[in-house]
Parts: sequence; structure tokens; C-alpha cells
Amino acid sequence: MTTISELPPGFADKVLSAQSTFRSVMDAMARPGAVQRVAATVGAPAGMMRGTAAIALTLFDHDTPIWLDASMSKTSEVAGWLKFHASAPVVADSSISHFALIGDASALPDLGRFSFGTNEYPDRSTTLILQVESLHQGPAFELRGPGIDGAAILQAKIKPADLFERLAVNAALFPRGIDVVLVHDDAIAAIPRTARLAAHGG
Amino acid sequence: MTVMQENSRQAHRKAAMAVLAHSAAADIAGHLAAIALPAHENLREAENGLVMVRGRIGGDGAPFNLGEATVSRAAVRLATGEVGFGYTLGRDREKARMIALCDALVQSDDFAGLVEAKVLAPLRAAIALRQRAKAAETAATRVDFYTLVRGEG
Repeated sequence: MTTISELPPGFADKVLSAQSTFRSVMDAMARPGAVQRVAATVGAPAGMMRGTAAIALTLFDHDTPIWLDASMSKTSEVAGWLKFHASAPVVADSSISHFALIGDASALPDLGRFSFGTNEYPDRSTTLILQVESLHQGPAFELRGPGIDGAAILQAKIKPADLFERLAVNAALFPRGIDVVLVHDDAIAAIPRTARLAAHGG
Repeated sequence: MTVMQENSRQAHRKAAMAVLAHSAAADIAGHLAAIALPAHENLREAENGLVMVRGRIGGDGAPFNLGEATVSRAAVRLATGEVGFGYTLGRDREKARMIALCDALVQSDDFAGLVEAKVLAPLRAAIALRQRAKAAETAATRVDFYTLVRGEG
């Protein structure tokens, strides 16, 4: 049990940090596959990367149910930290969550367990925040779709290996679907539901 | 810590909070300057927000929302682990931070006495003085109403 006296602090400068982080996430979503940086100084609980913590403090509030995967909910530290700094409720049912924090992406549950939104409100889907091994090296993924001029190349070590195959459901479900934010340390890249994998190089 | 100790510490923090919330930020800062502060960090940056103030008319009236009030809050953690919280009416973030710092110091065994003597006691005296002056001013204009008995017998 983590007591409040051991919690890591939040943003050093709340307003400016949240604004700059929001800009990074927005740019990442607008330009799928392009890697953005989170410049904000932020304390993070064990198991959570800097980028994930900054996104959490920027986007989460008492209206956004959060689902944590097994590696994030191993100790109560992450849940306690989210509750204190973002007052976000942590829920056990992933299908009603607005955000899912995935610490160990290789154990990503089936996407059907998350919310795809409804046709009337496609924005009520679960946004996955996936911590990955690298966003600079690794296999190249060629992405196409709105926000990309031609094709974008994302070099990343992504687990699970079949992430893009799983995200192919987005094509059939549109406008419903799942948006993904990949995080490595302070680097973030997004795969919104409109992005399609065009080619997959080694 | 026994339940008794816990309760008395809570009462102590509550009393300190009442004094600090009613004091001016400049006064708190002035008295705090007299203490060699231990290392501390802002666990929660001071921030402004709104709280809904509820009221009711009479002890048995139905509660209603009176309106929103601006509140600042902060949380400060000492290097030794004590966490203090500060809430105050208004937008003075620095005041909320200082209240949180004092709350943390009150919980620390090393600083509780010092804060009581150097910060809380003078502030409490100043508040009492203000209240007495106001009471005296009010008392000077007191009018006693009484009904004359009419002589109709």
C-alpha cells in the first residue's frame, strides 16, 4: 500500500505543462506516425513512463474512467497517483473506460474488450496508451491515411507484434474504432483510427 | 499512534487551519520567515478552483446551492515525509501553499512547537485583537430596546 507521503509529485508547472503536453498529443494525433516530444517536467510512479504520466495529468479528470493493465495495477501506486493528481476513477471493466493504460504491451488484451464508441458518439471509445520499447529503432511501419502526406514511416519496436493486424478492425468499424497513443519515455506517436498500415518492413 | 493521539493531532491541525485561513498572506509569510524551513517540495502545485457553497434557512430548512466560491488549494511534502494540505477562500495561491506548508510542519515532531510559537500564536493573537476591536466598536453603538408598559392598567 502506497501512502500519500510517498507519492511522486505531478507537473512542476501545471498550466503550461498541460498546455504543451496537449499540443504534443494533438500534433501526434493530427500527424499519425510522426514522433512528438513531451517537454513537461513531471513526476511519475513506478512502471509509468514520463510521457504516459504527462498525458495522464493532461487528459484525465474525474469524468474519464481509466483502466489499468496488470503491470500498471500490480501495486496501488499508479491508481493512487492518478486519484490524487487527476482525480480519475480507476475501473475494473475495460469496456466502459475512456482511457486504458498499458504498461506491458505484449499482454494487450483482445481489442474487443475495449469500447469502440457508438455510431452516434464514436468519440466515446477507449483510447489506448501503450508503452513501447522504442520509437526510434526497430522495424519500419508505413502508414497512410488522413493527416499523412503520402506515406509516413514509423520506426518502432512495438509489442504486440500483431498490433496493426488487430487494429485492422478500425477499417470495418468506421466511424467507430480505437485510437492508440504509443509512448516511449518522453516520445509519443499516435495511430488514430483512420491510419492504415500500408507496408511493413524489417 | 493511538486513536487518542491521532484525534488530538487532527484537532491541532484543524485549529491551525482555522487560524491560517483567517490570516492575511503577508502576515503568514512574515512569521514563516522567522523559521529556518526544512527541505520541502510541492506535491500538488497550488491551483484555483470553485466549490459549491450550500446553505439552508434555519436548522430544519432544506439545503440549497447558494453559489460558487473561489478556493485555492495546495499540498506540500516535507523531505521527512509529512504531507500538508492547504485550502483557502480566494485566488491567493501563495497563501494556499504557505498554509499547506504550515500544516505539514504542524505534523512534524521537530517543528510543531516552533510553528506554534512563531507563527500560529502571533496570528491567533492578531485575530483575537481584531475581533475584540470590532466587538468594542459594535458595543459602543448598542441600543437596548424595551417596551414601555402603557398606563392603562
